[in-house]
Amino acid sequence: MSNATLEEARALDGPLVIGGVEFTSRLIVGTGKYATNRVMVDAIRASGAEMVTVAVRRVDLDRSREEGILHHLDPDEFFLLANTAGCYTAEDAVRYARLARAAGFNDFVKLEVIGDERTLLPDVHATLEAARTLSDEGFKVMAYTNDDLITALRLEDAGCVAVMPLASPIGSGLGVVNPYFIREIKRRLEVPVIVDAGVGTASDACITMEQGVDGVLMNTALAAADDPIRMSHAMKHAIVAGRLAFLAGRMPSREIAVPSSPTTGMLD
Amino acid sequence: MNEAGTIRVQLNGKEREVSRGLTVRALLEELELQPGAVVVELNREILERDSYGGVDVSEGDAIELVHFVGGG
Repeated sequence: MSNATLEEARALDGPLVIGGVEFTSRLIVGTGKYATNRVMVDAIRASGAEMVTVAVRRVDLDRSREEGILHHLDPDEFFLLANTAGCYTAEDAVRYARLARAAGFNDFVKLEVIGDERTLLPDVHATLEAARTLSDEGFKVMAYTNDDLITALRLEDAGCVAVMPLASPIGSGLGVVNPYFIREIKRRLEVPVIVDAGVGTASDACITMEQGVDGVLMNTALAAADDPIRMSHAMKHAIVAGRLAFLAGRMPSREIAVPSSPTTGMLD
Repeated sequence: MNEAGTIRVQLNGKEREVSRGLTVRALLEELELQPGAVVVELNREILERDSYGGVDVSEGDAIELVHFVGGG
């Protein structure tokens, strides 16, 4: 990828490896809610993301001239991660995942089983059930989940190739509401931890990466920005900045000042 | 369309009349859909792409034609 920020990151950081596939960018982006397909593609390119999520839906037969998203998004340019968004049962999620795999691109699925319409919080029991079924069928499951350690551990045991706790509710833009739990999930899991949902702006993305997680997945923060392309540039920098700050190890914080200049050698 | 020459199917959740004797491939052609651009589920079973030409559409079939759209 001819991109200075990501080249710099590559020199200072290892790749993100999910289910045996290597990515330079630690930013995964969605393709929903953009004003136009042109803006969507330009924003995704500006973000530097290599993995992009898509949803599975019925072809609109009344307007069958309207092409699916792959008419706009080149599957040779991006790694497609199909989601099971909108599913409220394990059975439905498994059905959508199978349909997505039959499209013939890869075995990856972003598993999402929603438990509540108002908060879009995940049904973790149904998510676990679907994760087991899909992993047994050879899927590489990246599971959207709550910021709950026990569920995250169970999802890893179920065979998920990545566990994706939320920063805050989907589309809320509230940022990471429980950095302690996110850190603890990252400390305890061996598979990559990707924070999925809730990031609102660049500082949120940076703070999320500073918790030590492996990546961030976002959609609305880009699509609903006044200028999605400019925000995508900002997010690319923020993800790299947060990652490098985490790897660098921050200074200890203190509640009193410590001078940066010598206290000796002052004039009389 | 000749009443005797059609059958009723559930297509993407809606009842629809289609020509009798169509294969899935011919149905997609009639709908002007590229076989490579959709996934076909017939009565809850996903069809392999290379089988479309050999599977007939029958009276009462539930057919789902899906594809990828924007999503997060």
